[in-house]
Amino acid sequence: MADARRTPLYEKHRAAGARFVEFGGWQMPVQYRGLLAEHEAVRTRAGLFDVSHMGEIEVAGPGALALCQRIATNDASSLAVGRAQYTIWCDESGGTIDDTILYRRGPERFLFCVNASNTATCVDWIGKQAGGLQGALVRDRSDATCLLALQGPKAVGWLASVGAPWIEALPRFGCAEGEVLGLSLFAARTGYTGEDGVELFVDAGDAPALWEALLEHGREDPGLEPIGLGARDTLRLEAALPLYGHELGRDISPLEAGLGWAVKLGKKDFIGAAALASQRERGVPRRLIGLRLVDKGIARATYPVTTEERRVGEVTSGTLSPTLGQAIALALIDQEWLDAPLYVEIRGRRVAAERVGIPFYRRSGPGRDGA
Amino acid sequence: MELPEDLKYTREHEWVSIEENVATVGITDHAQEQLGEVVFVELPGVGDRVEKSEPFGVVESTKAVSDIYAPLTGEVTEVNDDLPDSPELVNEDPYGDGWMVKITIGEDTDLDDLMTAEEYRQYIEESSEE
Repeated sequence: MADARRTPLYEKHRAAGARFVEFGGWQMPVQYRGLLAEHEAVRTRAGLFDVSHMGEIEVAGPGALALCQRIATNDASSLAVGRAQYTIWCDESGGTIDDTILYRRGPERFLFCVNASNTATCVDWIGKQAGGLQGALVRDRSDATCLLALQGPKAVGWLASVGAPWIEALPRFGCAEGEVLGLSLFAARTGYTGEDGVELFVDAGDAPALWEALLEHGREDPGLEPIGLGARDTLRLEAALPLYGHELGRDISPLEAGLGWAVKLGKKDFIGAAALASQRERGVPRRLIGLRLVDKGIARATYPVTTEERRVGEVTSGTLSPTLGQAIALALIDQEWLDAPLYVEIRGRRVAAERVGIPFYRRSGPGRDGA
Repeated sequence: MELPEDLKYTREHEWVSIEENVATVGITDHAQEQLGEVVFVELPGVGDRVEKSEPFGVVESTKAVSDIYAPLTGEVTEVNDDLPDSPELVNEDPYGDGWMVKITIGEDTDLDDLMTAEEYRQYIEESSEE
């Protein structure tokens, strides 16, 4: 962990008693009070995450839209100013370079939020693509920007009660600039937990003050607490949100991962379009499915998935779902075995699994995900 | 961190309580703290033979999977039946209700390399400095 990077909030986490883990080249808090308690806080109240390890790449200028269209699979031309969309970067063969959220901050101003482990790759990749296009200025804003995620059913309503009703007024996947507790920031009604919430992009210099102010004002009501990457992972897995390196990768296409809704083959040519069109026409060999273990055990990433006779796939992510109390997993399975009785092989033992719909967890009430 | 003086300890962070020829085994307070919340415990069956330094069970926390190693060779005479349904006992009471198995000690078993509480404390401190 010696050369892992630290976010500007590292000392705050340490003072709060966090335990750390290396993730994507960063030393990040994995838990504070305990994963299960933190998970429950986000599902029932509100939690605050430091996700400043994520990268931010700004694309601006008259050629900005064209560059976004070229580099990502979703249709950025349909994105109104003040809206965001989930979109994927592919290579020419349809492999996934990264999955991102694209925010349209102005007619000619966009922001990609990319995964920490892929930030350098993405900066390099978009830089090369920008070279062939006129009038698109690419800037890596990752070091200058911190990202705090405030998630949970009470998060947004509480922000309104402390003087930031403008965030509650944003639609799902809406984004805008404004102030929260006296600090200027860029906020979006996006998240990675399956709950309602908001993500706050703030200047790195203001991040410690914002973190402190949010926790101080929200501690009593609504019971806001810091949440580590451990609960972030169980929360996102219950919501069946993909994690790069697990459900997505250079050897996994977005169509295999069930993300075809974010691949708009009808738009003008983009990188990977030909390969993805061919995949869509012929069908992909594998598909991402949800599994629930019927017998005791916990499926973990890389465990084999089998039928009675043979290995037919692999678990990409698995955990004991804190909300459901069941062992759940996402797995990439060969298409032809989707309807066969499936098993997860756990340390040489075959454990019966049942295919279930995803997401495993869906929050009640209005405003569900639907990018 | 709790380290009862009357127990013996292993490098793999198990504790052992020996009464006559029966050893009760669990994982240490330090181990459960490092693991985080235990959500699943897999233990051998009564009558199974366990080999010293070989894994005989598995404990899974919300984040990690860890083997549990046998501190000595012998036959399992009892397992903690509460753990499959209440794995959190390993966190709550690692030296009490969170015990895992009882093993009858084979005659030629060497217990000399088990650590005392003080030795184990030093071992943890040295390991965490690395």
